[in-house]
Amino acid sequence: MKILVCLSIVPDTTAKISFTDGDTKLNKTGVQFIAGPYDDYALSRAVDLKEQLGGTVTVLNVGDADGEPIIRKALAVGADDAIRVNAEPRDAYFVAEQIAAIAQRESYDLILMGRESIDFNGGQVHGIVGEMLGLPSYSPVMKLEITGHTAQLTREIEGGKELLEAPLPLVLGCQEPIAEWKIPNMRGIMTARTKPLNVVEPTGQDSLTQATRFELPPAKGAVKMIPAAEAETLITLLRTEAKVL
Amino acid sequence: MSVLIFAELDQGEVKVASLEALYYGANVAQELQTSATALVIGTTSADLASLGQYGVTKVLHVSDEKLNAANALAYASVLAAAVELEQASVIVIAKSSLGDTLAARSAGKLKAGLVSNVTELPDTSNGFRVKHSIYTGKAFAITEMREGRKILTLKKNVVSPELSQATASVESFSPSIPETDFVAKVIQTEKATGEISLSDADIIVSGGRGMKGPEHWKPLEELAEALHAATGCSKPVSDLDWRPHHEHIGQTGLKVSPNVYIACGISGAIQHLAGVNGSKVIVVINKDPEAPFFKAADYGIVGDVFDILPRLTKAAREQLV
Repeated sequence: MKILVCLSIVPDTTAKISFTDGDTKLNKTGVQFIAGPYDDYALSRAVDLKEQLGGTVTVLNVGDADGEPIIRKALAVGADDAIRVNAEPRDAYFVAEQIAAIAQRESYDLILMGRESIDFNGGQVHGIVGEMLGLPSYSPVMKLEITGHTAQLTREIEGGKELLEAPLPLVLGCQEPIAEWKIPNMRGIMTARTKPLNVVEPTGQDSLTQATRFELPPAKGAVKMIPAAEAETLITLLRTEAKVL
Repeated sequence: MSVLIFAELDQGEVKVASLEALYYGANVAQELQTSATALVIGTTSADLASLGQYGVTKVLHVSDEKLNAANALAYASVLAAAVELEQASVIVIAKSSLGDTLAARSAGKLKAGLVSNVTELPDTSNGFRVKHSIYTGKAFAITEMREGRKILTLKKNVVSPELSQATASVESFSPSIPETDFVAKVIQTEKATGEISLSDADIIVSGGRGMKGPEHWKPLEELAEALHAATGCSKPVSDLDWRPHHEHIGQTGLKVSPNVYIACGISGAIQHLAGVNGSKVIVVINKDPEAPFFKAADYGIVGDVFDILPRLTKAAREQLV
């Protein structure tokens, strides 16, 4: 089993978001960066599958050198090697092109990533990579088992879930509870230092979209408290004041 | 050049979120001085000509039973064929489980720029710029979409459709779809029927650990029923298996943007807020006056959910007919 896991590197879920340079750039001061939580689930499942079936797990990130400690952490939880495409992840199409270019050379059985990155929440990359490689893609996948050359996967659908069976190779966008997050142990951290982290230059064309400016949501007005004894007035207020019922 | 809107069917009816997408797409078409076409995939007895009320002049209908099960790969092939037929330059899709994958596959197929979670009509005064939600609702970006085809996925509640009397012409459409799109075998589908889906809901009543256990959900469900609302839950609740995972709202679950979000016994962790901050009005009911959720709320009630919920249900039944 040859598995590629694509990692996005994003601000922590609890990070306070603000912008600089006339609202054209994320203010990185005080912001901790992490591997995308959904990507982390994908990585954990990949490592479990490797332990179960044998094979290799390669992690791939499109980003600058600042992300290398996070890539090393992925190696510490059990990936065998890593590739960093040395470019700013300009948009989903650009990132997908980088992934597809590498996948074309290496023919992976599985290409896993999170259902979406938690910075731009696009949820686009797996589908675009699937099209570029002519492979099926499914998302969001909550459960994944491999038997021989077939994947059984449970996908969340509106109001429920769906169990699918599809032949490998596949591209999958993952989400919980596909696996438990792994915490690297000391041995993992030590071995990760010597695992290969190859840096390659980007290929392909420019992005199709470009964020030009950022905005924060308008400040929320003060909460209107309703005494518990008069709880019923909530329904009236929603009707006549907020006009949403 | 035209605008194509995917109108998603759910149990044979066009989804509410898709009706908003039709109206949005028709508005974009007007701005670009072109026409808007709807694409409906699957068999339906709905009156498709009436979609004209939302501003589309034509409906392409792919009436194929094989496509009644939502298969994003096959749908993307159909959509790409419709884009060619209509010479569409802008494609609008309402966000949903199907819509998200359809948009991504179509972007790859058509080499189209794709912006997800769009929250406003585009600015076409100088190029094509759209505003969309990022950082799980903590911010917005204004993104320039370059020359060429563009795909937008829309958040719910971006527009409030104003209906006209117009009817659309309905044309049947049967593009060829590659067999490889049907490579996955669907072994089993579990879908709650008859419930209002969370992504389509105008009102959501949601419960957290303060509900004390799955056996106590009845008062919450009764309020939801009285308000014609969908039910949701916080992550701990779905982790504990009190409620199904598809009801989980938050950073790693569903992101919703209803008119009203009523949180019952949810303290309001930042990860939960990330899933609901697009809501127009937030109501928080919690016995803990220090619950952080109150800071993000429009209306708050400090009290016992098991006392408050039945009273709200009674009031709703009396006032809403």
